[in-house]
Amino acid sequence: MQLTLEFGGGLELLCQSVKIHNVNVDLPKGAEKLTMKDLLSWVSTNLIKERPEMFMKGESVRPGVLVLVNDCDWELSGQLDTTLEEKDVVVFISTLHGG
Amino acid sequence: MESNGDDVARILRDIEALKDTKARIEHRISVLEAQLQETVSLAPRKQQNDGVCNVSCPPISAADANLANGLSSDSVYRYSRHLLLPSFGVQAQSNLLKSSILVVGAGGLGSPALLYLAACGVGRLGIVDHDVVELNNMHRQVIHTEAYIGQPKVKSAAAACRSINSTIQIVEHREALRTSNALEILSQYDIVIDATDNAPSRYMISDCCVVLGKPLVSGAALGLEGQLTVYNYKGGPCYRCLFPTPPPTTACQRCSDSGVLGVVPGIIGCLQALEAIKIAAAVGEPLSGRMLLFDALSARIRIVKIRGRSLQCEVCGDNTTFNQEHFRDFNYEKFTQSPLSTSPPKLNLIAAESRITSKEYKERIVNGEAHVLVDVRPEHHYEIVSIPKSLNIPLASLEARLPEISSALKEKQPHEGVESGANLYVICRRGNDSQRAVQYLHKMGFNIAKDIVGGLESWAHDVDPNFPMY
Ligand SMILES: [Zn+2]
Repeated sequence: MQLTLEFGGGLELLCQSVKIHNVNVDLPKGAEKLTMKDLLSWVSTNLIKERPEMFMKGESVRPGVLVLVNDCDWELSGQLDTTLEEKDVVVFISTLHGG
Repeated sequence: MESNGDDVARILRDIEALKDTKARIEHRISVLEAQLQETVSLAPRKQQNDGVCNVSCPPISAADANLANGLSSDSVYRYSRHLLLPSFGVQAQSNLLKSSILVVGAGGLGSPALLYLAACGVGRLGIVDHDVVELNNMHRQVIHTEAYIGQPKVKSAAAACRSINSTIQIVEHREALRTSNALEILSQYDIVIDATDNAPSRYMISDCCVVLGKPLVSGAALGLEGQLTVYNYKGGPCYRCLFPTPPPTTACQRCSDSGVLGVVPGIIGCLQALEAIKIAAAVGEPLSGRMLLFDALSARIRIVKIRGRSLQCEVCGDNTTFNQEHFRDFNYEKFTQSPLSTSPPKLNLIAAESRITSKEYKERIVNGEAHVLVDVRPEHHYEIVSIPKSLNIPLASLEARLPEISSALKEKQPHEGVESGANLYVICRRGNDSQRAVQYLHKMGFNIAKDIVGGLESWAHDVDPNFPMY
């Protein structure tokens, strides 16, 4: 499944400072759909090169990270159970505090 | 040669004489301009008095005749470009003039926000800040001028606002916002702008806005990115609805560590002013339930839909008991594990015998002691400035580059085969990372490693005042 993943607010530093990743993610064996839970584990295995604790906590993202599926907060689409479709854009952004 | 000198003197004299004449002419021009201004502005009133009214009839100016909107004739003229906007107009401007807005933080975000809010005619404009103006702020905190370096930011910002608009009320709150004073300060205003730079302040301001029922315009900027949203507006989410659990402290970077391109907070601060103006004037759709994400490097602005108010929110949820009393007692520094002030932490990780002061280190250099100095700052910091002959091994790559330290120590060894070899010192910017590095080096068998207390900051302060700090 073709997806566009974007990292911002400093999270890009965890994947070699690349903000936009066009990726091809396979469905888990035997599954009919790809969920955000599947994608998170794919991201941690394939994209996060350092300090994984800065991205994940337990099976979800760490506090302070907003996840947006097609420009919409994943809280509104079922969080980890959100089903992804071909060409979806998923944004991971760390909240900023500076000024 | 002498005639050459005479020429120079003559030219200088001529320049001086011409400058004098120029100043006199400019003065005459401004006097005449002022006269002209006076004559023109008095003209219509005179006509009315002379032509229409007799002595018993009070003079009626055009503005007096139409004061229903509450705008004085000066205000009509000053804000005319707002009044001319069909989607803004007299009603919105009048709302704005009756509103009060508090800006917390007169830094990178607060600077442009305050300038626009003062200019646009907010009735009462409050400024909270406890900091003083510093030279390394000026690239982004554009409200301050060099003349105010070392003076309170609130004083500097208030003076700038007053010089833009003397007709509005500017209130100076020259103190840090704390749970002990926040309720009293915020309650005096209709709208709050969060222009602070740290996580505990953001939670504190949001919670205070919830218990007082004030809309909050929240902006943040770091590096080349910015974020903006409006919290607690007409049933919308609060900061805690979005971020119920504080992020780990390692994820809270500061501009003073990570850097920030000056214009980025400038843009976000302007947008904060815009959102506050919209709410105060009751026009348009405030950015509530949505968030604006700005990426300067790729020139992209993305506006995303965020969750609504959370029914389970600890502070604004349906079953919350959070009130003013709880707010006063809440420890935001403990909650977020980070200080309310921007001053960086001073760690104390290792034993005193593994630390030396920058002055002691200087003595050891003078005495010609054989040693290796490892600077564990990131490369781009090292490029700004460094102590000569130091070895740059960033903390992040220390593990992989231990062999470099071993070989550097061997090279510096005073006599071949002597056991008591060269010493090993570690330095960083402020003395925190150097302690982390020394801790690690001890673990890896480099027991001689010592950190230089206070890092390059103390070197610049106590040893070499000409050493540039950043
Ligand atoms: Zn809430």
